[in-house]
Amino acid sequence: MTDVAPAPFRNEKALRRLKKRRAADARFRLYGLSAIAFALLALSVLVASIGFQAISAATYHKVRFDVVLDPAVIAPTGKDTSADISRNVDGFYALIRSNLQATFPEAAEDRMATRQLGDLVTRLAVLPAAKWVSENPSQIGQTATIKVPLSDDLDLYLKGAVSKEFRLRLGDISAVTEAAPRQVRLTGDGAFKALQSLIAVQRQDVGDAVDARSILISAGSTTGRIMRLDADAAEVTLLTGSASDFSNVRPMARMIALPETERNVSDLQIAWTLALKDKGHISRVPHTSLLTHTDSTYPELAGALAAIVGSLLTMMVTAFIAIPIGIFASVYLEEFAPRNRLTEIIEVNINNLAAVPSIVFGLLGAAVFLGFFGLPRSAPLVGGLVLALLTLPTIIIASRAALKSVPPSIRAAALAVGASKMQSVFHHVLPVAGPGIFTGAILGMARALGETAPLLLIGMVAFVADVPAGPTDEATALPVLVYSWSTNAERAWEPMTAAVIVILLMFLVTMNGIVVLLRRRFERRW
Amino acid sequence: MVQQLGHLPMGWLMLALLAMLASGGFFVGRVLAERFSGPGSARVHSRPNYHGYYVAMWTFVPAMVVALGYGLFGDGLVRYMLSSELPANFQDMPRVELDVYLNAIARAAFHQGYSGADRVFSAITNRFLELQGLIKASTIVLALVCAATGFLLARRRVAPGFRARNRVEGGIEIFLFLCAAIAIATTIGIVASLLYESLRFFAEIPIWEFLFGTRWNAQTSAEFGALPLFFGTFMIALIAMLIAAPVGLFAAIYLSEYAGPKVRAWVKPILEILAGIPTVVYGFFALLVVAPAIRSVAIWINTTLISTGLASEPLLAAQPTSALAAGLVMGIMVIPFVSSLSDDVINAVPQTLRDAAYAMGATKSETVKHVVLPAALPGIIASLLLAVSRAIGETMIVVMAAGQRARISADPTADLTTITVQIVALLTGEMEFDSPKTLSAFALGLVLFVVTLFFNLIALRVVQKYREKYD
Amino acid sequence: METTMTESRDVSAAGITMDETQGLTFPRIACKNIDVFYGDKQAIFDISLPIPDRSVTALIGPSGCGKSTFLRCLNRMNDTIESCKVTGEIIMDGENINDPDIDPVLLRSRVGMVFQKPNPFPKSIYDNIAYGPRIHGLAASRENLDAIVEKSLRRAGLWDEVKDRLTSPGNSLSGGQQQRLCIARAIAVRPEVILMDEPCSALDPVATARIEELIDELRKRYCIVIVTHSMQQAARVSQRTAFFHMGELVEMGETDQIFTNPRERRTEDYITGRFG
Repeated sequence: MTDVAPAPFRNEKALRRLKKRRAADARFRLYGLSAIAFALLALSVLVASIGFQAISAATYHKVRFDVVLDPAVIAPTGKDTSADISRNVDGFYALIRSNLQATFPEAAEDRMATRQLGDLVTRLAVLPAAKWVSENPSQIGQTATIKVPLSDDLDLYLKGAVSKEFRLRLGDISAVTEAAPRQVRLTGDGAFKALQSLIAVQRQDVGDAVDARSILISAGSTTGRIMRLDADAAEVTLLTGSASDFSNVRPMARMIALPETERNVSDLQIAWTLALKDKGHISRVPHTSLLTHTDSTYPELAGALAAIVGSLLTMMVTAFIAIPIGIFASVYLEEFAPRNRLTEIIEVNINNLAAVPSIVFGLLGAAVFLGFFGLPRSAPLVGGLVLALLTLPTIIIASRAALKSVPPSIRAAALAVGASKMQSVFHHVLPVAGPGIFTGAILGMARALGETAPLLLIGMVAFVADVPAGPTDEATALPVLVYSWSTNAERAWEPMTAAVIVILLMFLVTMNGIVVLLRRRFERRW
Repeated sequence: MVQQLGHLPMGWLMLALLAMLASGGFFVGRVLAERFSGPGSARVHSRPNYHGYYVAMWTFVPAMVVALGYGLFGDGLVRYMLSSELPANFQDMPRVELDVYLNAIARAAFHQGYSGADRVFSAITNRFLELQGLIKASTIVLALVCAATGFLLARRRVAPGFRARNRVEGGIEIFLFLCAAIAIATTIGIVASLLYESLRFFAEIPIWEFLFGTRWNAQTSAEFGALPLFFGTFMIALIAMLIAAPVGLFAAIYLSEYAGPKVRAWVKPILEILAGIPTVVYGFFALLVVAPAIRSVAIWINTTLISTGLASEPLLAAQPTSALAAGLVMGIMVIPFVSSLSDDVINAVPQTLRDAAYAMGATKSETVKHVVLPAALPGIIASLLLAVSRAIGETMIVVMAAGQRARISADPTADLTTITVQIVALLTGEMEFDSPKTLSAFALGLVLFVVTLFFNLIALRVVQKYREKYD
Repeated sequence: METTMTESRDVSAAGITMDETQGLTFPRIACKNIDVFYGDKQAIFDISLPIPDRSVTALIGPSGCGKSTFLRCLNRMNDTIESCKVTGEIIMDGENINDPDIDPVLLRSRVGMVFQKPNPFPKSIYDNIAYGPRIHGLAASRENLDAIVEKSLRRAGLWDEVKDRLTSPGNSLSGGQQQRLCIARAIAVRPEVILMDEPCSALDPVATARIEELIDELRKRYCIVIVTHSMQQAARVSQRTAFFHMGELVEMGETDQIFTNPRERRTEDYITGRFG
């Protein structure tokens, strides 16, 4: 027998090779799967990180002050009109400051402490209260409750965002001795052992850095800083409150990982905040001012109202211009345009404009609308015009697809009954293509809502504190607000920016949701 | 009296006027036509409504043209007339100062005149109001005259045999054409404005210094070498494509070749979501999550390298904003551009090709690698080109996460700046419209436009040719 | 109003002899030397054809022979195809309707068309019928319009079935009903001629029978031209038949004569099924 190849199904070499090929096959499939997994993972990380930040901004802390509305302070003679009262920031702030000073007399001891006390609440935070009083002048002279937001740094602290903190409940304190004014010695059998172990463990982790950390000890409204400790006793500098609060209780100790020198909030301020919290003066409420206030340099007072209104106005201008022109243009191109060079040029133009970077439209807006026509900077009118030019190609392309999908039998039927071409298009084709055109328009608007770069170039980055009343007033837009807040330094802006992003995304989700619903409802079978 | 006219609210007035003219013309036309029409008469070509529309058209359109002319050029005309009347010392002011002064005059005029002490200002404001009144009044008169002419001419045409419907529909068709022509107008506007400002820029800064210079200090109007910007743009786009191309392509392959209908129905829309997220959100994510993470990793690498003795000083720049951060996030954003189009083209490859490969005993991956992908290659290349174009033109992610330092560096953890970042930096804040600083932004814009146009045209061409082949 | 055809030399090319013209009424439509081109390709070759009034004329022939193309010339529907060119004269009431000066829109209100696949508008039954009269201004009031709708539906034999649901959508009807709706729609604009392009090919036999009955009724009022694939249908429904082949008019005459005693060889081959 001459050499005949062995039966292929038993061929060793072929089988080995097949195994390799199958392995390569499985690997290939795995690459595809991992690619999708990567994309989904990226999306989840994005959504989750922004979501967590936003949740933190969904609520904030407000401090309650029961003050007497002393007319001499808030409505002195000569400045007692309703308008004056509503603007009397100094007066109302003075009321709050004196309330705080009464609650925490130790602040008067030095200037830095006084200033830190004042920093618990921002001056301008009293404006809503002032406005309320000016509308209810009968309250002047009475006791009223004023609620103002806590300063942004302390708000962050209470939310746990300033520093890592280790908390322990200590053992029973049997004796409290006052060694010097505000220097207290606390004794309790083995009360501080747990704390000692904590410090030891931390020393293993970070070495001597642990000594720079503040360890605060609180009971009731009193808080002090531990200066020296061993298993049964500790020497404490009292920050606020009275030492007697410590006797026969099990105090709470907290080690703040970030040393005081590296934080925006001092131990003293933390002590006061804890005291206010203990007295029940601090409540955590929904952060509605995010939606009702306009922009401010103070995070806790800032809101997105002006941006929301600005975005709405800009969208209105864009829709008003881009949607009708887009529909008419697509009708022309799909139904009436002759197949000649000019039509081809227009179509190529539209396809290309759909892919031009959005910033180029911003340049166009700056040069032509601002420079040549002299329209007002930062106005929704100009923003809307620029965005309309940007959205127009998208709307035209989507509308053309919708028109194309109308079956020719309908056009033929209309023509056969004696309708003119124009009549058949407007009476029959457009209504049938309606849902498709409408969804295309919404998608175009959704894209325009998220555009930032062109708006920056026409001047919409400025700080806008008033709600715009019309399309020619200075305004900002939601995405521009996100950009401008993200460039601010204070940490507190981060959750607020995330919250505005959530607002923006909610609008977009709604619009896309409408599109999905419409598509499902109008799914036609020809 | 003329000054009083200067306060006319032209916007509302013209709208009301046009509305009245249109409805008046319609009414007259229709009534005239109704005289000879009725359900019985067969010789009439068009129904009375169309005669109405015809007359309305000829009455309304001339007036509207005049109104548009006023809207676009009215203000400019008034200012021009005013400034030509001003004494010589005003004429000598630099244009920007003059503009500011005129703006103040206009504002004062708008707010019911000026009652302050500056006599000159007061006099000029009054004259401004006079001129405004003159122009406004003339506009109204001109509009009315044009409308009346059109009206009379159109009226005469109303007759039984007159094909009003055809005329009106012809007019509507012209209007539709104009709407479509706005696309051309936009492109012309873009090209013209970019060219105009760029040419002014190149009059001061030679073009080769711009294109090939390596030092960019535009903010101080010192140096305008844009090469670092091109490099930065290229680098970040490269990083983005290094992520988006494989991920997008493999995702498309999996979706079209391996995934079942349920998986497809869920995953495809989710990938589309990636495309729908506003870029400013990506920028925020890049700035607050990705950039610090990269920085920590870079610092860790640096310390590890030093502690193991492989390097004597920090190797990586480990900046808080970096090319890598921006590029990574941009890559994620661009994935759907690659995956969506590639998915479509891979699906469009005829099943018979695959069957032929299977029949020869090829495994699935071999079929995809050797048969399907080559067949789909033009479409895939098009999708990559479109993705690159998108990456180059992207603004917000790089503005927020890339950096401002214009330099050429191979270190991805360093901050780099791109064309788009510089355009934003140059045009926000205080703007002097004529300085080379501001004009350079337009020159950059021109480069950007040309490059993306190039990529887009090729991509669109490829897609078109491809569609022809398989349709 | 019976005048005989005098231009017999034109029709003799189509195989009609003088004695046959005696029974003809003055043709409603007289086509002379019609050529149709799609770009450079010629589809219809020099067809001359008289179409008498108040009767049904059937156009038969194998697929692709140009019957539908020719039919579409009669209401200038070919105008909607850009590359299509129609030359020749189509005389109706003494005027050449193929003249570019004639507005096709008006023509189509006098020459109506029913298509192969029923294509009611996606509107209510009432609005389907009412659309034509509305745009042509045929009704002076709402009552007028109602009357027109009722009359058209009655004439199409559909009134009893839909009179209670005039507001329901046109495509909620069955196939046969939809086609009758389209016929009613065509009637509503008071045409003089009704063109039908294979109106029954998408319908079942029962619906087909009803439509054929309807056609028989309608021919008392209208001039009907019907293109049909089915010779049996042509035999049942028409009074005169024209046989098309490869864009040419091979033979035309009384339906009985065409089917029992065709003059041309090609006609006979088609009738007996040797090709087609």
